[in-house]
Amino acid sequence: MPKTLEIRKLHVEIEGREIIKGVDLTVSTGEIHAIMGPNGSGKSTLSYSILGHPDYAVTQGEVLFDGENVLDMKPDERAAKGLFLAFQYPVEVPGVTLASFLRTAVNSIRKKQARWGGQPLKEISAIEFYKRLEEKMNLLQMDPSFAQRYLNEGFSGGEKKRAEILQMAMLGPSIAILDETDSGLDIDALRIVSDGVNALYGPDVGLLVITHYQRILRYVQPQFVHVLVDGRIALSGGPELAEQLEEHGYDWVKDQLGESAVTRQNG
Amino acid sequence: MANALNFNRREGYLEKYGFHDKNSYVYRTEKGVSSRIVEEISGLKGEPEWMRNFRLRSYGIFEKKSMPGWGADLSGLRFDDLYYYVKPSDKKGRNWDEVPEKVKLTFERLGIPEAERKYLAGVEAQYDSESVYSSLKGIWEKLGVIFCSTDEALKKYPDIVRQYFGTVIPPGDNKFAALNSAVWSGGSFIYVPAGVKVEIPLQAYFRINAESAGQFERTLIIAEPGSFVHYVEGCTAPVYSTNSLHSAVVEIVVKEGARVRYTSIQNWSDNVYNLVTKRAFAYKDATMEWLDGNLGSKVTMKYPSIYLMEKGARGEVLSIAYAGNGQHQDAGGKAVHIAPYTSSRIVSKSISKGTGRSSYRGLVHVRKGAHHVKSKVRCDALLLDDRARSDTYPVMEINEDEVDIGHEATVSKVGDEQLFYLTSRGLTEEEATAVIVSGFIEPIVKQLPMEYAIELNRLIELEMEGSVG
Repeated sequence: MPKTLEIRKLHVEIEGREIIKGVDLTVSTGEIHAIMGPNGSGKSTLSYSILGHPDYAVTQGEVLFDGENVLDMKPDERAAKGLFLAFQYPVEVPGVTLASFLRTAVNSIRKKQARWGGQPLKEISAIEFYKRLEEKMNLLQMDPSFAQRYLNEGFSGGEKKRAEILQMAMLGPSIAILDETDSGLDIDALRIVSDGVNALYGPDVGLLVITHYQRILRYVQPQFVHVLVDGRIALSGGPELAEQLEEHGYDWVKDQLGESAVTRQNG
Repeated sequence: MANALNFNRREGYLEKYGFHDKNSYVYRTEKGVSSRIVEEISGLKGEPEWMRNFRLRSYGIFEKKSMPGWGADLSGLRFDDLYYYVKPSDKKGRNWDEVPEKVKLTFERLGIPEAERKYLAGVEAQYDSESVYSSLKGIWEKLGVIFCSTDEALKKYPDIVRQYFGTVIPPGDNKFAALNSAVWSGGSFIYVPAGVKVEIPLQAYFRINAESAGQFERTLIIAEPGSFVHYVEGCTAPVYSTNSLHSAVVEIVVKEGARVRYTSIQNWSDNVYNLVTKRAFAYKDATMEWLDGNLGSKVTMKYPSIYLMEKGARGEVLSIAYAGNGQHQDAGGKAVHIAPYTSSRIVSKSISKGTGRSSYRGLVHVRKGAHHVKSKVRCDALLLDDRARSDTYPVMEINEDEVDIGHEATVSKVGDEQLFYLTSRGLTEEEATAVIVSGFIEPIVKQLPMEYAIELNRLIELEMEGSVG
């Protein structure tokens, strides 16, 4: 069954300042969307508000996932429904190993899903967990010892991003938002991370790839590209839009917008 | 999540844990303390003259000493309102089946071994660890190790007890040490002969059969040259106490090249003033390690100390404190460098929640002549919310130039960004907080024997349950 994330006329404020000013966007499983935009256009705000960061106040609009109002849910419930955010800046949690954290997360999600479904809880066994973990770590070319390191503590930029995709692989979301996953990666790391993402993508998984540059889109190829400028989606199109942006830069979008506004006025 | 057992420890505590059978003692002294009561205690125990005199002398000191003018608020403490000696009944006659279901469930959730559960619930008739104790006892005896209650030691090994008792912590050390010296009962006595290394940790609950741990326990450990012992006391299950003062004295002598590790995890009910004096003397090339976990209680004041008496002595204090609503944990450690070429390390981790307050209080004292001393102090505080409070009172008295002393302190608050990150991965806010806390204390917890580490983590989770958000 396909699932859809629907964002309707979304307005988001941080500390009283409006950052997202009416965004409409629909992402279904089986689709890859890219959101491109210059710094400060609201890309991260959009992703944080989809997962429910408490500092981001939704003042207008709706976010629905699989027909349900996501905005009434806590972040952990959104995760258990099948939403995932790969952070641009993953947070360090000293003293907690990646493995033990992931096992807690897998079981927390199972707990909620069992409760909603009226099913008895089946916690993942240690053996099953470590088998899956090893498999996914292989996929991302990560050394098994990595799982015993403290979550994001002392990780290099590339390691952090890889660990984010590992978490995605273990939690198995329906819609995953990748927030600037390509930033801070060298070309080899970018290829490994992208290969991992592509391996996880399929008919039951939708991706929303947020990026400043076109780089990652050569590996993770979107069917839909949207350009976010000043809290609004200024342009939407196919993969060719990303190339045009690469060629002409974001000022070109602003010019396009200006022209169309002028055209509208004249017409 | 398991709402069937969703209790808040700080509310209805007595209802939850008040299964302590009030009629299980066979004798107790009347309320309050006096020389007559002190004599009565000594007489009931059939003690030798010297101990009787020691107690009486200590009582005199207790009467003269004033209350500490620093540290936690002790104004709620009423010496006249306490029982100072309660002789436990020989047979409790309680059956495991009679233990309330919710108590059993608590033990189960904490993952406490069956044998220990029964002891905690006051079930002694079929105390499973008796057999464990006997077989271990056989091994220890062959090695010449003595491990028994201090009362028993006074009867069986009076010379060793007399030689060391009160030498590390004299009655005049502080008011509570004096009180303990006057009315002490129970506690562990350990003697390890030269060169003997006791591989299996000695655990207090193996020992406790007839004489249960008291309010004024007295522990004495002697490690002869080149020996090793790890003593583990307490447990993470809440200890319900009708008496509101727990005042223990622990004295340890670590001789040349010996090593003693003392692990203590205590969780008192929240009416208890927990005022404990712990000190070790470490001689040439000896190593003393305190690992001290404090949960529960109304007020705890406890600063395990190490006196580094001779060249090459090393000491370490690792301390964890958790202060919940209405609690004050005033804990830390002391290192007194008397000899040159000695080293110490104090690591303190405290967690405060709600109106809880935790204080680190520590002393590093380098006496004149103790050159080439190394000492590192690190105290980290974690606040779980905006109301929680943490303070540090580090005192350094350095009377020598050629020393290497370091002090680091951090205070952190469970951050919104950490919580959002973890909850976005499916953890509830409570689970996320518990994960952050377990990571915070990990550097110390990983040094605990495994079963204690697991218990401690679960206990803290239980403490925090329903407390966040």
